[in-house]
Amino acid sequence: MSEIQNLQTYDPFADTGEEDAGQPQGYIHIRIQQRNGRKTLTTVQGLPSEYDQKKLLKAFKKEFACNGTLVQDEELGQIIQLQGDQRLKVQNFLGDNGIDRNIIKIHGF
Amino acid sequence: MSDIESEQNLAEVKSEELLFDPSLKKKKKKKKAVNFEDEIGDDENQVENGDKSAPAEDNEEEVKAEDDDISIFADMKKKKKKKKETADKEKPEEEAPEPSEFGDLPTKRKKKKKTDMLEFEKQLKEGEESENRQDDDIFVGEGEQDIKETKVEETWLNSDRDYTYQELLGRVFQILRQNNPELAGEKKRYTIVPPSVHREGNKKTIFANVADICKRMHRQPEHVIQFLFTELGTSGSIDGSQRLVIKGRFQQKQIENVLRRYIVEYVTCKTCKSPDTILTKENRIFFQQCESCGSTRSVSAIKSGFKAQTEKRRRQAAQ
Ligand SMILES: [Zn+2]
Repeated sequence: MSEIQNLQTYDPFADTGEEDAGQPQGYIHIRIQQRNGRKTLTTVQGLPSEYDQKKLLKAFKKEFACNGTLVQDEELGQIIQLQGDQRLKVQNFLGDNGIDRNIIKIHGF
Repeated sequence: MSDIESEQNLAEVKSEELLFDPSLKKKKKKKKAVNFEDEIGDDENQVENGDKSAPAEDNEEEVKAEDDDISIFADMKKKKKKKKETADKEKPEEEAPEPSEFGDLPTKRKKKKKTDMLEFEKQLKEGEESENRQDDDIFVGEGEQDIKETKVEETWLNSDRDYTYQELLGRVFQILRQNNPELAGEKKRYTIVPPSVHREGNKKTIFANVADICKRMHRQPEHVIQFLFTELGTSGSIDGSQRLVIKGRFQQKQIENVLRRYIVEYVTCKTCKSPDTILTKENRIFFQQCESCGSTRSVSAIKSGFKAQTEKRRRQAAQ
């Protein structure tokens, strides 16, 4: 079982529609949303699954001095939510820690 | 003899003091430097640093007081020192802007702040300039567009030198445009009117000229609006007079940035950079076809991705 597991990681015949958004080989999407008033929140979607999301969140919170939570989305997998506009900080953090900056996509204004 | 010797010794000692104990002199240098800097700072930040100039004056007073002290201690040496100072005068002024020289003087921080402020303002100005430069790449107001048509003067005719390649190229284009005025339009830079964005109430933003901008980009408003909404992580509607009402507060610059990204992603041809393209949909996939070079490429669908629930929805869900 464990020997052939890597065969399942890539299926060339899979539908390339919206479904692949959460897969690890795709982009890391960093988005911003406005809340009430001047408040915003940042969501990080598509982080590689080999990273411990909880630890990442902890590191984010400490590094950026903001609060945050982990959200489980049925289709998109685990999402990190942070308070405030942390997009650039997240990008730099991930880039500095060995993630290819080209797969990080920042959205929003 | 001994008297003379002792005198000589004394003189030597004095000069040595002057040479090897430059603390007095150095202090003066420092103070000079501080004053020098303060003057600059005050001149340039007169309005803003109204409150800051007061402590600077205090410093000057302190400096003068210390000067007096020094003169009390060093009245005898003063003449010699002055000579040396005039000799050294150029040096301290050159050294003046060095902040590291200022050791533990209380003025250090203030000075640093000032230089920081100056530097910050400089950077700010540069930033603004570069932003402005960015602005006129696509979003140029109507009537502001200028077709860059430099008159090519055939200067080589009056001299015995040969024409350069650039000059010849210019000549070709000039003749080409003269004989084919319809080609002149092609040279025009691709421009779009800036989005007209203003706030409605406290929570909504109105993007008044969406329809116009979509028309200029040759794109369906639905597609553009879908992109805007997913990028901004919000929603909205179109009102009676074809204006887009966006939930949330957005500035013109922010909308402009999103539009710029839309143009890069969905309008300009990746092959020839022409914005003259059409977007067609085949089997759920969008294809962009270039009108100038004929290339076709598929473009990524607009994915909304994850959308965090804002508090209102959470409350609704809880109920
Ligand atoms: Zn093309």
